[in-house]
Amino acid sequence: MGEPALSRRGFLAASAAAGLSITALSGCGGGSDGGSSGTTTLEWWHIMTTEPAKGVWASLARQFESQNPKVKIKIVALENEAYKSKMTALTASGKLPDIFHTWGGGVLKQQADAGLVEDLTDRTKDWAGTLLPVAKEPYLLDEKVYGIPDDIGMVGFWYNKALFKKAGIAAPPTTWSGFLDAVRALKSAGVAPIALAGKEKWPGMYYWAYLAMRTAGIDALQKAADSKDFTGAGFVEAGEHLKELVALQPFQKGFLGAAYSGPTGQSAAVGNGKAAMELMGQWAPTVERTEGKGLGANLGFFPFPTVEGGKGALTEVFGGGGGLALRQGAPQAAVDFLKFFASAGTNRELVKKTGTLPVVTAAEDALTDPNLKAVQAQLKATTGFQLYLDQAYAPAVGQEVNDSVAGLVAGSKSPEQVAQSITKVAKEEQ
Amino acid sequence: MTSTFLPDKRSGPDTAPPAPAGGPAPGRARRRVLHWLTAVSFQVPALALFGLLVLLPMLFALYASFFRWGGFGMPSDSIGADNFTRLFDDPVFLGDLWRCLVLVVFSLALQLPFALAMAVLLNQRLRGRAFYRMLFFAPYILSEVITGILFSMIFAPDDGLADHVLGGVGLDGIGGEWFSDPSTVMATVFLVMMWKYFGFHMMLYLAGLQSIPAELTEAAIVDGAGPWQRFRNVTLPLLAPTLRISVFLSVIGSIQLFDLVWVITAGGPDHHSETMAITMFQYGFKRYQVGYASAISVVIFGISLVFALAYQRFVLRRDLEGATTTMRGGGQ
Repeated sequence: MGEPALSRRGFLAASAAAGLSITALSGCGGGSDGGSSGTTTLEWWHIMTTEPAKGVWASLARQFESQNPKVKIKIVALENEAYKSKMTALTASGKLPDIFHTWGGGVLKQQADAGLVEDLTDRTKDWAGTLLPVAKEPYLLDEKVYGIPDDIGMVGFWYNKALFKKAGIAAPPTTWSGFLDAVRALKSAGVAPIALAGKEKWPGMYYWAYLAMRTAGIDALQKAADSKDFTGAGFVEAGEHLKELVALQPFQKGFLGAAYSGPTGQSAAVGNGKAAMELMGQWAPTVERTEGKGLGANLGFFPFPTVEGGKGALTEVFGGGGGLALRQGAPQAAVDFLKFFASAGTNRELVKKTGTLPVVTAAEDALTDPNLKAVQAQLKATTGFQLYLDQAYAPAVGQEVNDSVAGLVAGSKSPEQVAQSITKVAKEEQ
Repeated sequence: MTSTFLPDKRSGPDTAPPAPAGGPAPGRARRRVLHWLTAVSFQVPALALFGLLVLLPMLFALYASFFRWGGFGMPSDSIGADNFTRLFDDPVFLGDLWRCLVLVVFSLALQLPFALAMAVLLNQRLRGRAFYRMLFFAPYILSEVITGILFSMIFAPDDGLADHVLGGVGLDGIGGEWFSDPSTVMATVFLVMMWKYFGFHMMLYLAGLQSIPAELTEAAIVDGAGPWQRFRNVTLPLLAPTLRISVFLSVIGSIQLFDLVWVITAGGPDHHSETMAITMFQYGFKRYQVGYASAISVVIFGISLVFALAYQRFVLRRDLEGATTTMRGGGQ
């Protein structure tokens, strides 16, 4: 919360985030919509609780309202984890917000299977072609469109060029053994090589997932999910490679208790130059600037290295994005809003002001940041795409991946045990 | 509550005496019906709310705990007691039970005696007594979330206050990893709990101490009792009802501990500070295994209930005996 001056809306949102009820926010923002007939009020839930995205998204909603005088948009912005919990409760109650944030994959599929999500295949087909194909993938379930992307990205290593130079590393590693060498070099230069948020388990999962993609191959991940068997050689091998890394003690001090954001978290550690790199999604530079000082021109990006003898290629990426879905039976105004939100104009604004990657092909010209351009180039040259495991798989399986990999990183689980416990949970999920 | 309206069991002056052998007079019977009607009409709104918001969800959780249920629609896949057998096979949950016991023992052995000592101290004539009382009570007023964030900053590696202070006295490097080291995390969480809640117990004891008549202590002094004897034989016995209540609250609080730990460690590292409520949350809200999470909640409820009933039956019996709410002569 290091913003120097809070705007009125910012203050309201911040106080909502601080635990004051959401009704306080909507009471101030929404205005009265009772009496006037013919006015549609759309409730829009998203997870943009930090600036600049929070403000930009709110002003886009106002813009849509001014174009459509009969529509009012009520925004509820919740922090990531709070959003997930709240959505679980809402899903159980059987009524979702008109427009809501989704990561696609397994969770969206569960909601869609329960008949809670609107099938958008026909209602968006006139304009969905303008969107980047890789961005639409997470919301395509059984060849039906259940969401429209507003963000796409991938995970890779964000590193501090100055610290790499200090450790005498000429170029970012492209192989796993080269990567381990770089970690050793950084350690002997007195630099914490990697920042990891051990309290939150998903950042650790990225390592195992990428290693599995590099050893077992991207198809094996899908096959394992279908056959509910993660005990194949490639998966155990992935765990063994991660164990090699953990054995070097590459993480910052106290990483097992570290969160991702916050002044003492993973992002701040990299942003303040206390650790040399982190494996994180395309949002990393923004968060590094918010939570820490940011690295500016010293920040670099390199894709996850390949593993010698493994089936995966450097061009296969692990990632995901954000999208918007509609509740079953949402009014036409909500579909209109999706169209507005996925238009080139809106997308250009998002790219320019919030640092997201373009999802509309025509908005690519708005991208100027060299690191994000590198990510975008990587995404466009992608030969295989794997959605975040905790989104791609059923929630219980995804959480078990996070949980057991966290055990591996903490030293309490062996690579075999990780593979076995994921398999066990996958089998229990029918 | 209902006992007030059971005239045949009452003998208080404000209610009708026991009915004569010949049966109640007609007027008296009408009055009894009126009594009942009044009672019922006053209780219906509260009972309806209680049933709807407390009893019904509890019964539903019990029902759901016998199903494999993801939280969507109604539970349909009945699996008998499988959730419970799985629960008592789960090393994390067994660990939860162990950690719960550890917290209870620590609370009773360290937190409450400390609170008592502070209460006795602040019951003396002392300059700035009100200020100290307020100071020690203040942590209790803070919300759990604020406390959690505060302490995760204090014990942050490198930049945290604890690391700086300990570094200042030559103990470099041992201050930063208290929450991230599996072997110290529980002790540190307990430290935070103690900091947060001892003021509350201290206040309870202070109130109890003030109700002890000064004459008794004076009489003990006249009889030649030393400070320890006065504490042991006058203060402690008279404070016993308060102590019993505070033990009860402390144990129940430890069984249901969630928010403080959730904010600080989220149960980590590697489950080493996980509590039953956190495990329940993980399964219910992260893994969407609501049936299994319900089974955990049923076990938490069961443990709390058994403890509460046993405690009331065996420990609080004397305190409750004089209370107007008990059914006199009805105690089994």
